[in-house]
Amino acid sequence: MNAPLIRTVALAKDYLLGDTRVPALQGVSLEITRGEFVAVMGPSGSGKSTFMNLLGCLDHPSGGEYWLDGEAVARLSDDALAGLRNRRIGFIFQHFNLLPRTSALDNVALPLLYRGLALADRHARAAQRLAQVGLSERMDHHPAQLSGGQQQRVAIARALANDPALVLADEPTGALDSRTGIEIMALLQTLNRDGITIVVVTHEHNIAAYASRIISFLDGRVIDDRPNTPHDASADLAALPNLAAA
Amino acid sequence: MNFYVTLLIALKALRVNLLRSALTMLGIIIGVAAVIIMIAVGSGAQEKVESQIKSLGSNLLIVFSASASQGGARSAAGATHTISEDDAYAIARELPEYLVGTAPTLRGSGQVVAGNSNWSTTFFGVTPDYFEVRAWTLADGRYFDPAEINGAAKVAIIGQTVATSLFGDESPIDQVIRIRNVPLTVIGVLAGKGQNLSGSDQDDVVLMPISTARNRVLGATVLAKSRSVGSISIKARDGVDLKIAEEKVRDLLRQRHRLQPGQEDDFNLRNLTEILQAREDSSRVMAMLLAAVASVSLLVGGIGIMNIMLVSVTERTREIGLRRAVGAKSGDILRQFLIEAITLSLIGGLIGVLLGSLGAELIGALADWPIKLSPYATTLAVSFAAAIGIFFGYYPARQAARLSPIEALRHE
Repeated sequence: MNAPLIRTVALAKDYLLGDTRVPALQGVSLEITRGEFVAVMGPSGSGKSTFMNLLGCLDHPSGGEYWLDGEAVARLSDDALAGLRNRRIGFIFQHFNLLPRTSALDNVALPLLYRGLALADRHARAAQRLAQVGLSERMDHHPAQLSGGQQQRVAIARALANDPALVLADEPTGALDSRTGIEIMALLQTLNRDGITIVVVTHEHNIAAYASRIISFLDGRVIDDRPNTPHDASADLAALPNLAAA
Repeated sequence: MNFYVTLLIALKALRVNLLRSALTMLGIIIGVAAVIIMIAVGSGAQEKVESQIKSLGSNLLIVFSASASQGGARSAAGATHTISEDDAYAIARELPEYLVGTAPTLRGSGQVVAGNSNWSTTFFGVTPDYFEVRAWTLADGRYFDPAEINGAAKVAIIGQTVATSLFGDESPIDQVIRIRNVPLTVIGVLAGKGQNLSGSDQDDVVLMPISTARNRVLGATVLAKSRSVGSISIKARDGVDLKIAEEKVRDLLRQRHRLQPGQEDDFNLRNLTEILQAREDSSRVMAMLLAAVASVSLLVGGIGIMNIMLVSVTERTREIGLRRAVGAKSGDILRQFLIEAITLSLIGGLIGVLLGSLGAELIGALADWPIKLSPYATTLAVSFAAAIGIFFGYYPARQAARLSPIEALRHE
């Protein structure tokens, strides 16, 4: 537990807009320890998305260093980053990004496919992950046959497929109604209790409230980084009036 | 990532978009089918001409006695008889290095009668060389022997058409036929050749020894007095330039007929093989032209694949982003889209081969056109289709592989 899972030193990213260099991230240095549940907040243009892309090994920084689980990432090749994403990082997106007309099982198995596992192995592991998010009954359903909350659960199962060290969630509740959003947060809290490090990008304070640490960005810098006493999403859920029962 | 896994991914992606895949394939299907049909039709026509050349006999020169001018009036070719059997033997004797054989022929026509049946046909008085020179073989019976040729024996060899017309299913061998009241015993039946170039039936024929034709059948006409003949067929040796052989024969005949320089030939020398070969060449050009036109539709099919693949890349940008996020390398994406394109064109190609072959057979059956399906053309069309898949699939695939994962994921 002593080595941090994520360590960035003066991490920076510029974008070229025509001839002008636009700094999106200006020297972010921070550490995230294994098992943390971090919320990254900030208005649009604050650099939080850029930071997430760098954390997710989707992009190369313009400057600074980034160690993921002890491995220096900043100057790895594209292909090496792809391998890193495959094995170390699980992604959850606002719009789920499931493959259409493809069963939940095959969607979850997708990262395993790119890892090169055999069919039986892929299906066994994907089924296990679907069970973990409570969708054992829906393995053969296509995304179009699932509710938004169920689709996001499939996406979470996919993120977990390769036993990642880190799960990055980009506005995971943005496309869901508030109740379903809280359900998703409850699921993420459960996963976090099982030891998975989670970083959630959100602009909603009530969603960030479920994290144990909140980092705020503004103009490409960290302006606030503080621990948070997380709300218990399961308890919040129980407190909500149950529409179905009413 | 091994190839097999990429193949699986590509096939799955094609199956997910089944209708679009099928429509994309349609261009290639039509293209390949068109190529197959056109080549089958073209080479069928070519083969027909080839078989005609074969039935005529290869390397064939024909001398007709011809158009002698008598007092300014010119008679029709073959009407007068300016060439003789002796010309034929002289040609054979003097030019053995150029020739395989010469066949002097007397021609006549008349009613053939056998029992109650009769049939109007053409008959030829021939020498033993005739069969080799004109590429005739026997279906039944035997050839003339030298004694029969010299002795004006009353024997005949008849063509298939005459045989069936007179004797039906019965064997004509040893039957007696009468031409101009001369009874001839049938000793052989020619193997069938079918129609010649001008569409007349080559099997509608009766052959007899040349002496028989001259002395017994044509009888007491002018012909009988001299040893003149209507035509001489000459077969040149393989490898001999027909043009040179033609000149040698011409020179020899002019010399024998004592024609002065500047004086017109009193015979007509024709190189039929050359005419046929010209026709064969033109039919080959025709076949190539048809194939070229069909290839254009294959090309259009290929562009169709590129078009759809580009649309597909745009439409599936987020899918590509997602695949990149969960670990696909840009090479994996390139291969996936390339394999999708190649699979489309290959499957389309195979279906095209199937439909093209069926279509060609159908055209052959309905239009009564000679059809020749060539495995070479089939292989070519399918490989061409695959090549088109690679060529037109590469650009969209590279577009897909070049997408930045972040941009792709953000794509709406």
